Amino acid sequence: MSKAVLMQGNEAAVEGAIAAGMRFFAGYPITPSTEIAEGCARRLPQEGGKFIQMEDELASIAAVLGASAAGMKAMTATSGPGFSLMQENIGYGAMAEIPCVIVDVQRAGPSTGLPTSPSQADYMQARWGTHGDHPVIALSPSSVRETYTLIIRAFNLAEKYRTPVIFLMDEIVGHMREGVELPNPNELIINHRKMSFHDGANKQCYFVPEGEYVPAMKPFGHGERYNITGLAHDQSGFPTNSSQIAGKLCQRLMDKVEKNVDHICRVEEYAMDDAETAVVCFGGGARAVMEAVLQARAEGRKVGMFRPITVWPFPEKALKARLPQLKRILMVEHNHGQMLLEVQRVAGNEKPVDFLGRIDGTVITPEEILNKLAEMEGEHHAQ
Amino acid sequence: MSERYELRFAGSGGQGVILASVILAEAAVISGLNTVQSQAYGPEARGGVSKAETIVSRETIWFSKVKNPDFLLALTQASVNAYAPSLKEDGVMMIDDSLQAPEGFPEERLLRVPVLATAAEKVGKAFTANIVAVGAINAALGLFGEAELLEAVRRHIPRGTEEINQRALDAGKALIQADQAEAFRRRLG
Repeated sequence: MSKAVLMQGNEAAVEGAIAAGMRFFAGYPITPSTEIAEGCARRLPQEGGKFIQMEDELASIAAVLGASAAGMKAMTATSGPGFSLMQENIGYGAMAEIPCVIVDVQRAGPSTGLPTSPSQADYMQARWGTHGDHPVIALSPSSVRETYTLIIRAFNLAEKYRTPVIFLMDEIVGHMREGVELPNPNELIINHRKMSFHDGANKQCYFVPEGEYVPAMKPFGHGERYNITGLAHDQSGFPTNSSQIAGKLCQRLMDKVEKNVDHICRVEEYAMDDAETAVVCFGGGARAVMEAVLQARAEGRKVGMFRPITVWPFPEKALKARLPQLKRILMVEHNHGQMLLEVQRVAGNEKPVDFLGRIDGTVITPEEILNKLAEMEGEHHAQ
Repeated sequence: MSERYELRFAGSGGQGVILASVILAEAAVISGLNTVQSQAYGPEARGGVSKAETIVSRETIWFSKVKNPDFLLALTQASVNAYAPSLKEDGVMMIDDSLQAPEGFPEERLLRVPVLATAAEKVGKAFTANIVAVGAINAALGLFGEAELLEAVRRHIPRGTEEINQRALDAGKALIQADQAEAFRRRLG
């Protein structure tokens, strides 16, 4: 008998998070993310962790931030309507530099929309949902196995950069089951936040050594008392109205992601070496694209897949590197054109960018992608 | 043997068609095959249309949705009417014998099986209909070995229900005659 197990995307998110060291989950169940809350309720007590169902999503993200400040690796999971409610405190997490993972299993919106139907329309919300300029890291898996390994990376990045990380799933991957062989736990790389146990004036709670971007975290709730706030603050953690200190803080928050894009950004490229057409996609949408690319290649057409795994920051360097060889780009996503804006920004006037989207809660099929490609090739030949 | 086999399961929410789909996907995994299982259902916990799909293949499976299945299980008249036309040209349909196949549906591709009555009367619990169906499907198509199928069922039922589910599986298997099985055989595992 095979060593593989049948696992759902949402289950893989739970198991991956636990492997990453997540021991606190607070949430309010919502389709299509509910199996994550269910799985945490069952699994966390077995691992010595805590599961708590909060009264709503505002409280859920607040509890997650509190648990993380107190030293736990913490997570919540939701879908569009709940993700909207969490936005204010996601900004708080970014400002107060509290690591955590927020899973958004996207469903068709707007509002409560189509609860059981797939969508990828929270892509821009993941970047701009909370107010103010703030750093964002968002990752999006396209298979059950990748959900497991990538959510571990989400925790690693949250811990390394002390910032909330959005794990942008969709109903396609969340509710899909596949046979997977999970990696050996000994082979996993698990990062933990840098801690500072030193007291004293030079070791303030947000003290950042020259040339570094991320302060070591002081244990909250034991040792020296310190202040955590969403207000602009100095290195002691107390609010300030100084434009100089506030400017320096906000610049550092942006820098810690922007100066590390090479470490944070990951893409998957398939058949891109000699591709003249790149099909850009992410998350569950990649599965139809992969099938379409294989079919196009079987017909001898030079089509490749470019899939951002890190969806924020958008991996623009990697796409830019491909521009010279490309004749055209097709963006395929289950929304009205969101990552499209990033692709257009990177492609500029250099290469034509076409779009295939969907907002009715059904999935884009490989046939539709192939038809679109044929149409584009025809148009561009005709020019 | 075909390289890829697509099954669709349709019924009313609460009939357990999603679990039937999951169990056959599990049997595929246990048999060392690639599988992708997915479902579509409304927001209701009971009632409404429920549809699930299992793809089994020796190759890597990318796109997770089924367009024209090789096999359809339909447990309500609404799902027979909705999905019978989507079957592949040589696709096989299993329906509960209380239901009507669409007019002109070829007899040689149709399995009319008393799934619901067997669960309610022979096994004694209506909720075992999906396990009865799983037993009948595998007896007809011969996709997986019996040991693999039984293990798949065991992985997805609550503790303490092993005995009744075993009876449901056997009762489902008994609904298929040997000569029928020969005609529909699609062994993969």
